[in-house]
Amino acid sequence: MNDGTPMVKAEGVHKSFGRLHVLQGIDMEVAPRDVVVIIGPSGSGKSTFLRCINHLEKIDGGRLSVDGELVGYEQKGDKLHELHDKDVARKRAEIGMVFQRFNLFPHMTALENVMVGPIAVRGESKAAVRERALKLLDRVGLSVKADSYPAQLSGGQQQRVAIARALAMQPKLMLFDEPTSALDPELVGEVLDVMRELAREGMTMIVVTHEIGFAREVGDALVFMDEGVILEAGNPREVVTNPQNERCRQFLSKVL
Amino acid sequence: MVEPIRAIPARHPTRWIGTAVVVAFAVLFLIGVSTSKNFQWGVVGRYFTTTAILQGLLRTLELTVIAMAIGIVLGIVLAVMRLSPVPVVSGAAWVYIWFFRGTPVLVQLLFWYNIASLTGPHPALGIPFTHIVFFHVDANALITPFAAAIFGLGLNEAAYMAEIVRAGILSVDEGQTEAAHSLGMTRLKTMRLIVLPQAMRVIVPPTGNETISMLKTSALASDITLLELLGTARVIYSRTFETIPLLIVASIWYLIVTSILTGGQFYVERYFARGASREQPPTPLQRLRALFTRNLTTFHAPPPPPPLGGDHR
Repeated sequence: MNDGTPMVKAEGVHKSFGRLHVLQGIDMEVAPRDVVVIIGPSGSGKSTFLRCINHLEKIDGGRLSVDGELVGYEQKGDKLHELHDKDVARKRAEIGMVFQRFNLFPHMTALENVMVGPIAVRGESKAAVRERALKLLDRVGLSVKADSYPAQLSGGQQQRVAIARALAMQPKLMLFDEPTSALDPELVGEVLDVMRELAREGMTMIVVTHEIGFAREVGDALVFMDEGVILEAGNPREVVTNPQNERCRQFLSKVL
Repeated sequence: MVEPIRAIPARHPTRWIGTAVVVAFAVLFLIGVSTSKNFQWGVVGRYFTTTAILQGLLRTLELTVIAMAIGIVLGIVLAVMRLSPVPVVSGAAWVYIWFFRGTPVLVQLLFWYNIASLTGPHPALGIPFTHIVFFHVDANALITPFAAAIFGLGLNEAAYMAEIVRAGILSVDEGQTEAAHSLGMTRLKTMRLIVLPQAMRVIVPPTGNETISMLKTSALASDITLLELLGTARVIYSRTFETIPLLIVASIWYLIVTSILTGGQFYVERYFARGASREQPPTPLQRLRALFTRNLTTFHAPPPPPPLGGDHR
């Protein structure tokens, strides 16, 4: 895999909602096994950019590719062809996503939540998936909650199940959209622990978060976004201790 | 053990007055109904389980089940069509619902019953302005009163069910669709595995109402000569002039079936509510048992702690 192809490559990515120009030319490269943390004030477009990567949002301009393949489109000769629902879905299956509001399926138990992806999407056998799902739940420390429904779990537990659900698809890239923002402060740690462990195992991750401490400790790169552009990017420790951009400095002084 | 509070309960004289008034009226009503000769309870008892009435009841049940089945299946199709991004598809569903909700169901029944005068006796499917005909049918043989009733009630029901299903689909949080998509599910799989099962919680209660409503609306079929429950009763009393007793016979049967349907609805709702709340409401049977065991053994015991009391919520 590691033939120098970046896991994610964005070149001049633009996105508008109506007249709101949310992304105004984003350039970014994420190498395999890297952890990139994106910070910035709300409304800066960081979540939108994350959602563009697995085509939950369609980009309006620029190029965006994952593991060398364009997102949502296919290049044939010099023409760009929009992909069918089925092909978009197939590509999404290789990218895990964790949401701010967990979005577990409430009518399924924790175990069923983790199992449904591989069974419904890849048609894997129930027995094999079950074994893997139990291992994943164990890994996020929730094997005792396998038969609980999401409503019976705390926020932190739900988010850990959500991470296990995404991992069950054996993704090559994980996207985290403010995974700890909806949690009580005392529950943030347990989710960050799981993510830290995942990073240590070499998973490629893009994390939108306000947890500067996590960025400094785990991140290979820290990106500061505001009003749809990247204002600063670099080594997390350097950016945090000595930001070059004025707005980045102001932002960090408020969140630290 | 916490010392229980000992206090004299507050008095509520108005509640007692209200209760007395209601009981008094109920007693008067029951005496009137049971002793009045006009009700002819003997005649009611005589007809209640006659073959004709039971056959009519069976027809009513067939009509209800088949028309609801058509209504639900077609309703789901129409609801998904209305949410389609293709304008012609969603527009077609919109027109269907507009038409069938906008005309009285009795009119629709009469239309189906008289369909032969609309299509001619031998309607055919082919290519217009040519002599190419794929097949033709005998309208009078195809559209029996039963078929007319099925079409009329079922197609009308589909319009209402479509709106109920659509409301259910819209009630499911957008995040659910996104989560399913991010796992790589296609739109169809997302609808089938994630959205519809959750929509059922919103869909089931009004569908129960629709089924009960259908049971009674099916009586309109007696106007197109179908001998369902009410139709049978009408045929009998037009001959014997025992109008009131036969209407009572029909009413009691409608009430019995409605009661059974109401009970069934409780269990269906319970099934689709799983995961929605932390604890399921007890079934009537469980409630009865709990009452019984508590009275016998654990009346003084404190209530058990909630199953997940130690958690962070």
